[in-house]
Amino acid sequence: MKALKQIFGSNLQQYTMVLALVALAVVFHVISGGRMLTPSNLQNLVSGNAYVLILAIGMVMVIVIGQIDLSVGSVAGFTGMMVALTAVDYNLHWLVAVGLGLLLGLAIGAWHGFWLSKVGIPGFITTLAGMMIFRGLVIWVSKSISVAAPSELQFYGSGYLPEWGPAFTQMNNSTLLLGILGCAFFIVSELRRRSRLVRRGHEAPLWASLVRIALIVGVIGYLTYLFGTGRPGTSFPVPGVILLVLVVIYHIITERTRFGRHIYAVGGNKAAAALSGVNTQRTYFLVMLNMSFLAALAGILFLGRSTAAGPGDGTNWELDAIAAVFIGGAAVSGGIGTVVGSVIGGLVMAVLNSGLMLMGVGADKTQVIKGLVLLAAVAFDVYNKQQGRPSIIGRITQNFGKKDPQSTDAPAVDAGPVVTAEDTMPNTGIPTSTN
Amino acid sequence: MSNDGHIILEMANITKVFPGVKALDGVTMKVRRGDVHAICGENGAGKSTLMKVLSGVYPHGTYTGDILFEGRTMNFNNIKSSEQEGIVIIHQELALIPELSVTENIFLGEEVTKGGLIDWGEARSRALELLARVGLDINPDTAIKKLGVGQQQLVEIAKALNKNVKLLILDEPTAALNEDDSANLLDLMRGLQGKGITQIMISHKLNEIAAVSDAVTVIRDGRTVETYDVVAGQVDEDRIIRAMVGRSIENRYPDHESNPGEVLFEVENWTVEHPDLPGRLTSKSASFTVRAGEIVGFAGLMGAGRTELARSLFGRSYGIHRGGRMMLEGREITPKNVSQAIDAGLAYVTEDRKVLGLNLLDTIKTTITSANLKNIVKRGLLDLEKETEVANGYRDDLRIKTPSVDVGVATLSGGNQQKVVLAKWMYTQPKVLILDEPTRGIDVGAKYEIYKLIQALADQGKAVIVISSELPEVLGICDRIYTICEGRITGCLAAGEADQETLMRRMTTTVGQPNEAIPA
Repeated sequence: MKALKQIFGSNLQQYTMVLALVALAVVFHVISGGRMLTPSNLQNLVSGNAYVLILAIGMVMVIVIGQIDLSVGSVAGFTGMMVALTAVDYNLHWLVAVGLGLLLGLAIGAWHGFWLSKVGIPGFITTLAGMMIFRGLVIWVSKSISVAAPSELQFYGSGYLPEWGPAFTQMNNSTLLLGILGCAFFIVSELRRRSRLVRRGHEAPLWASLVRIALIVGVIGYLTYLFGTGRPGTSFPVPGVILLVLVVIYHIITERTRFGRHIYAVGGNKAAAALSGVNTQRTYFLVMLNMSFLAALAGILFLGRSTAAGPGDGTNWELDAIAAVFIGGAAVSGGIGTVVGSVIGGLVMAVLNSGLMLMGVGADKTQVIKGLVLLAAVAFDVYNKQQGRPSIIGRITQNFGKKDPQSTDAPAVDAGPVVTAEDTMPNTGIPTSTN
Repeated sequence: MSNDGHIILEMANITKVFPGVKALDGVTMKVRRGDVHAICGENGAGKSTLMKVLSGVYPHGTYTGDILFEGRTMNFNNIKSSEQEGIVIIHQELALIPELSVTENIFLGEEVTKGGLIDWGEARSRALELLARVGLDINPDTAIKKLGVGQQQLVEIAKALNKNVKLLILDEPTAALNEDDSANLLDLMRGLQGKGITQIMISHKLNEIAAVSDAVTVIRDGRTVETYDVVAGQVDEDRIIRAMVGRSIENRYPDHESNPGEVLFEVENWTVEHPDLPGRLTSKSASFTVRAGEIVGFAGLMGAGRTELARSLFGRSYGIHRGGRMMLEGREITPKNVSQAIDAGLAYVTEDRKVLGLNLLDTIKTTITSANLKNIVKRGLLDLEKETEVANGYRDDLRIKTPSVDVGVATLSGGNQQKVVLAKWMYTQPKVLILDEPTRGIDVGAKYEIYKLIQALADQGKAVIVISSELPEVLGICDRIYTICEGRITGCLAAGEADQETLMRRMTTTVGQPNEAIPA
């Protein structure tokens, strides 16, 4: 058990989420008679969910600041429609149309941000209004008729990476390159991390690093193989590449920048953040701005995938994005949630969708099951936090760390909502408080 | 006096275990009918846990040991069941609903009904009766949020009286009250005692314990250290302190010789208007100076405008600025928001750690760097390694007791949380530190350490302002003391020349003597 702890270290939580996702996929693979983990199914899964996952990236930031954005589906539909209209009706170059679409997203974000941060109307109301306004506008400007999308967008919405290079690899070389880059990045960062730890005098056995590298390289290698050996002409989908790039960028923004810290500070305790010099209004504004920008991007990618913009595009996307964020471990009260967690939460939903479909379960029942899964995941989280115990993920990881009472990861990770803190703190007389 | 026939409550061998931790370890205590029984102990000693066991918050079966109330063994399953026996607890954080009226709050859960509907007329007249019993002369239709904390506390007691209380438990009843309200409450407690209501009081304030208690039980580390009868008014405070901390604290305030230098921070005619009440000034032409290396106290009753003054100085984070200037090292500074104030070299440690000072979701290290993230940015990204280094440095310097700086601040005790908050502001490299009630809610031992920290900061040449409601504290650690009353600075005294009476006199007069006795 200690060995597992050493392998996964303080990132155990996220590794566990990935493991849960892998387990879910494998279970469906077995039940569906080997149809889950196939190149074409995975390719579809990625390009068919990329836009919701992009929304989840923005949504987790909104939820961390303690707000919610109900308008993203309408905004995505509206910007997609406007791109199609400007490109087709006004004969604009598709790139110009896309640029205008993204600007439109920013403008809408500024609109929401203004009402939230300057006027002080809660995000729920602001974006509920936005949801109606922009849904209405889609129907209005399109006159309820679908509009064909610029064909160049198809590459971005559902296209594949180019074929090139030697044929002896027997797979798509772009995908292979991507896989190799991913492995190399992980190996380098793992070794650097280890050398830093060693330099600071921490215990960091080499074998643990090697096992981690082997595991991750194994997973990336297998996925590379699956994505790279589909029908000729297919590869890891382009929207998936865009998603990966966004995940990396937003992971860095939320974890490694002042702005990211400010988001968590505002969500955790707005008054304390303000008295620490955080410009809370600006933080609110930028997060809403960013959300609508990503919604516009998602709408444009979807436009590329569906080849035409319809008046109903984007309906209920906000709900999928919100579900992904909460399955990914975010707290309704704000302050807690990660980009990577939310994307994994979204992938859990996607795998569930795909697996149930492969098993021939109808859309009606799928909807019911997804709802129950969301409820169960969050209920488990809430229950455990009320009991002062780790969240669902912490629960699984708890057993790994059992033999290591000095381990400090667990309490740090699940400090949980304020309620927990109050209840377990000095008042109850637990002598962990060292005074 | 001690006659077992008069014992109303006996708790025998109470042991309560939380996962991995024994919070109570065989606590035994007896309470005589009609007494005010004080329970003392440091934070984390187990006082509140014991009261939660007694009031059924921790139901029977989750602890071991026996509770005998009026001679019968009690097995409470929830608060309701203990209240039916006449045991009512009033928590530190008041449990009133701000939007509802006094009447509605008093009868919440015990509504006066007639034919299934609430009989508001009857409820109101009964509320009036109860309010009279606690000496509160207010309209029972007033919303709770319009009352002061002192009045709210009395409403809580009225609510308890409605439940035919036999044993009233008051958990830190005066923690949020000013001196007047506290005195009032202690009077009321004596009055209730006269009517035969037994009371258990948990308090940190030894002078209050001394004033009203008939018996004292001291708890340390989940065990009863001692329990003995006292005569109200003649309590040996030092004996309690010795028992609480398990060692004798010779001096509650560390010895310190300040070496004030030049005037570092100067405020002239600072005037601030209330943010919501136009025309009402929370600071009226306040002028004061602080020298480098000097610890200056701001003494005033609650509501005198001390916090408002401090926050208005700190980047105008309170009220509307209506005039006055601020000089740092001889140059005028005009910070218009908190971030500019931090950059200028000001730091403000709030009086309310949990509500305004901390993000309880944060870890120790993220809290410490949170007001000066700029300092750990390398090439546009946060240098997380440096963050850990910085936090570890403060952990060692301030002796923050924690296995790791990755631990959540919510898991720390009050004293350690306060050290983390101090570390956070020390990391902003301030020239002027304003500490608002820096030792509120932390126990004697930790207070001593905080005082030493404050003195160390002054010795580094910083200008330190300490706002405190506890006069002994102000007298004990400050070099010079300004008194504030209703937003006006009403006096300035060298600590050596001041005593509690002179301070109190100036804290309660609005006639200013601003030029008096300012030492050279």
